[in-house]
Amino acid sequence: MEDSTSPKQEKENQEELGETRRPWEGKTAASPQYSEPESSEPLEAKQGPETGRQSRSSRPWSPQSRAKTPLGGPAGPETSSPAPVSPREPSSSPSPLAPARQDLAAPPQSDRTTSVIPEAGTPYPDPLKQSSDKRESTPHHTSQSEGNTFQQSQQPKPHLCGRRDVSYNNAKQKELRFDVFQEEDSNSDYDLQQPAPGGSEVAPSMLEITIQNAKAYLLKTSSNSGFNLYDHLSNMLTKILNERPENAVDIFENISQDVKMAHFSKKFDALQNENELLPTYEIAEKQKALFLQGHLEGVDQELEDEIAENALPNVMESAFYFEQAGVGLGTDETYRIFLALKQLTDTHPIQRCRFWGKILGLEMNYIVAEVEFREGEDEEEVEEEDVAEERDNGESEAHEDEEDELPKSFYKAPQAIPKEESRTGANKYVYFVCNEPGRPWVKLPPVIPAQIVIARKIKKFFTGRLDAPIISYPPFPGNESNYLRAQIARISAGTHVSPLGFYQFGEEEGEEEEEAEGGRNSFEENPDFEGIQVIDLVESLSNWVHHVQHILSQGRCNWFNSIQKNEEEEEEDEEKDDSDYIEQEVGPPLLTPISEDLEIQNIPPWTTRLSSNLIPQYAIAVLQSNLWPGAYAFSNGKKFENFYIGWGHKYSPDNYTPPVPPPVYQEYPSGPEITEMDDPSVEEEQAFRAAQEAVLLAAENEESEEDEDEEDDYD
Amino acid sequence: MDADSLLLSLELASGSGQGLSPDRRASLLTSLMLVKRDYRYDRVLFWGRILGLVADYYIAQGLSEDQLAPRKTLYSLNCTEWSLLPPATEEMVAQSSVVKGRFMGDPSYEYEHTELQKVNEGEKVFEEEIVVQIKEETRLVSVIDQIDKAVAIIPRGALFKTPFGPTHVNRTFEGLSLSEAKKLSSYFHFREPVELKNKTLLEKADLDPSLDFMDSLEHDIPKGSEAVVQGDFMWLLSRCGFGWPCSWDSCSVSMRVLEHPDGEGQCPGGAAQPALAGPHLLPCSPHQELWLHLRGHWREEHGLALHAIEWEPAWMFLNRV
Repeated sequence: MEDSTSPKQEKENQEELGETRRPWEGKTAASPQYSEPESSEPLEAKQGPETGRQSRSSRPWSPQSRAKTPLGGPAGPETSSPAPVSPREPSSSPSPLAPARQDLAAPPQSDRTTSVIPEAGTPYPDPLKQSSDKRESTPHHTSQSEGNTFQQSQQPKPHLCGRRDVSYNNAKQKELRFDVFQEEDSNSDYDLQQPAPGGSEVAPSMLEITIQNAKAYLLKTSSNSGFNLYDHLSNMLTKILNERPENAVDIFENISQDVKMAHFSKKFDALQNENELLPTYEIAEKQKALFLQGHLEGVDQELEDEIAENALPNVMESAFYFEQAGVGLGTDETYRIFLALKQLTDTHPIQRCRFWGKILGLEMNYIVAEVEFREGEDEEEVEEEDVAEERDNGESEAHEDEEDELPKSFYKAPQAIPKEESRTGANKYVYFVCNEPGRPWVKLPPVIPAQIVIARKIKKFFTGRLDAPIISYPPFPGNESNYLRAQIARISAGTHVSPLGFYQFGEEEGEEEEEAEGGRNSFEENPDFEGIQVIDLVESLSNWVHHVQHILSQGRCNWFNSIQKNEEEEEEDEEKDDSDYIEQEVGPPLLTPISEDLEIQNIPPWTTRLSSNLIPQYAIAVLQSNLWPGAYAFSNGKKFENFYIGWGHKYSPDNYTPPVPPPVYQEYPSGPEITEMDDPSVEEEQAFRAAQEAVLLAAENEESEEDEDEEDDYD
Repeated sequence: MDADSLLLSLELASGSGQGLSPDRRASLLTSLMLVKRDYRYDRVLFWGRILGLVADYYIAQGLSEDQLAPRKTLYSLNCTEWSLLPPATEEMVAQSSVVKGRFMGDPSYEYEHTELQKVNEGEKVFEEEIVVQIKEETRLVSVIDQIDKAVAIIPRGALFKTPFGPTHVNRTFEGLSLSEAKKLSSYFHFREPVELKNKTLLEKADLDPSLDFMDSLEHDIPKGSEAVVQGDFMWLLSRCGFGWPCSWDSCSVSMRVLEHPDGEGQCPGGAAQPALAGPHLLPCSPHQELWLHLRGHWREEHGLALHAIEWEPAWMFLNRV
């Protein structure tokens, strides 16, 4: 404890040395008067502030003997009274004066008083002044906290001392102040006389020493308990002032005991183990909202709910059937997804919603919902389209500018195939994804044909972050959200199947479209569907049909003739167009039986099973895709559902190999100017020259007038 | 998954989408109990299932007292009748490594593979086509062995080695803390150590011989092939009081298996992936060149073995988690 306080004291001393220089000069007025009693002290006093701790330790008796008096004996209000002056006078000049004066009268008492003055004096029992005291005292101490305890620790003294006459303390104070002013006046008078510098420092340093001695005594650590009185008192006073008990005097002993006992309770440690915040807590918090959403809705909203519920699929029922098939998420997770889908349908104008499946990722997984908006609710997409087109135009223009200067490249970028309108082809549905049930649903952008074409050539794991870049060869146009959307489109087109007869073509528009686009692309539920025997579904693949359009190699479901536009733009190349003519690509029409799906290397594209061989009469038919591992369909004869859970990769018996880069394009037309040839030999050059000269001679002979010109040329 | 706690394990594993139908579950619970009695195994683990085109293989493994001792593998097609598979030999692995494609689901099915073999007849060298017949059973054995070696993992501390040699289940193990669970160094390959012997003394200085007696995943190649995934398993795990999430090796086999030999908490990750395609698939581009480079080496050294083994996502297996 001593160690910790001593540096502060030294600082104090230094400060005070600096501060007090001026006041002491004033004070010297008194010094000649009291020169005799103080003459023995100056040397000691000088040493005191400088040596600080050493001086104290070297004279252990002095703090003890001196400090006893202020505590033990009832040091009347008189002795402590000068104290209040010092806080109010930052210069602190008057305070030392008063004791100095008393020194004369009672030399043995001088120690006592001085010890009280600067320390015990500063804080006054009057709580109103505490704040101001603190403020003033802080500069003396290194830290405010220390200052506080410091003051509080000293308060007992005035309490103890002035207990009898607290009331008149204030009055006394005024008196004292008056005294001080008087003194100051007198000081100012004496200022004219130049005092001896040595004598001026005597009194304060003595005070310092006594203060330090007293404090050192208080700080002395008990050999039994390891505490010291100084801290104990300060803790007690802190406690009293914080709690402000009635009649604190009477329970003072108890308070003391309490404070001592508090040492045994566990202390607040600055180094604490931070609570581990598991990510599961965060998710649990979010999922809690899912469970609460039902309660929050009032009864009034029931009508609205009815509309929304039409869009909501019965996920749990499908999950039950898929469980029979041995696939599907756990019941708990499925239910959470169910709730998340409900949230989705409640917050968006959704006509129809379906739990499409789950795509696994390296960091997080995607839960995918297939959604059909109500009519006229998907206007945002139109804007996005325009922006995208504009961007394309800008790029192509920039490209053309460059070409003007440089040799013209033969390369013509193939015309971008426009994406399909929403509600048609690959963009028939809108997809929402989220990483976990409870996290926000994110709408995936519509797919463009180029993305599907490239996605067929690459194979990447999903990370679980939609904005992750796809770094691949060939370069993929877009980020992971686009890739995810492209894979969803491919998987849907490949694996969404239904029992034959469940859907039928729409009758009204069907025929026209068949002629125009080579396949009808709208269908409706067949109200007369009577169901197919489960055993038939298992035994014959022709009882299952695709109900999602096949995606052509162009990346679209409905073929787009890219050449028609080319003809308009470049009429020069018309002859070429005949050879370039692309035959219209026709995919298998909608509702084609899956028995016509192609095999890959002798692997059948589908495997059918009965869910249970033990009780076949209640089993369901399970269809499992071998092309898209993870894609399943079930049917119990009347109901059916498709589901995908996997990595979003198509099966291939061979390892993935990236496609080879395209052949190098010719940069410029090759002609004789740039063709490499052998240098002519000397003979050849001479022969060439001779031939030229012969020609020239002939010319000269014919037209002699031009001789001069030719000579000039030779120069 | 330990057969004794199969249901819990399956529930924890359900996030991957692969499960067992109720009738399979029920029959497994019954038949594995009998397997344990008949073969006198210390523990029986339900290894998983391999999807075939016609039928699925259900695989179980029996462990003796020493957890690291060679395991006996059994298969079943109907989850009721189990047959013992022979231990894998290097010859079998090499032989079946040429087979590509899906399993059929019939152990007696024979794959045909034509090989060009050089035949010396006097001075002339002929190339002769030889048709090799490979039984699916052989392939099954070697693939199970390879998967075990590549991706069977346990968390650090789940097993401990006694001074006398045998490895035992650590009954005081309560799972890893979150910060530990995120590190690859907290997981070990559940197999006889291979890399550990190549380590220098300095590297081995920090290892605890009773716990760190297997290869950790830290130095697996390529890096990033194992992803510690804290997906939907996480809440399941933490709910059950296990601090460790499921993780899996996404490259060589996309399924990492967490093993808690006690059978308390186990979950499989997903399905398998083609081995060599891995580096292309990994999203981490900065390392891509390096991995491709490493891949080249792999091909030379273990080319045959890895080339043909495509652990396709299709035949999923629920490994002991």
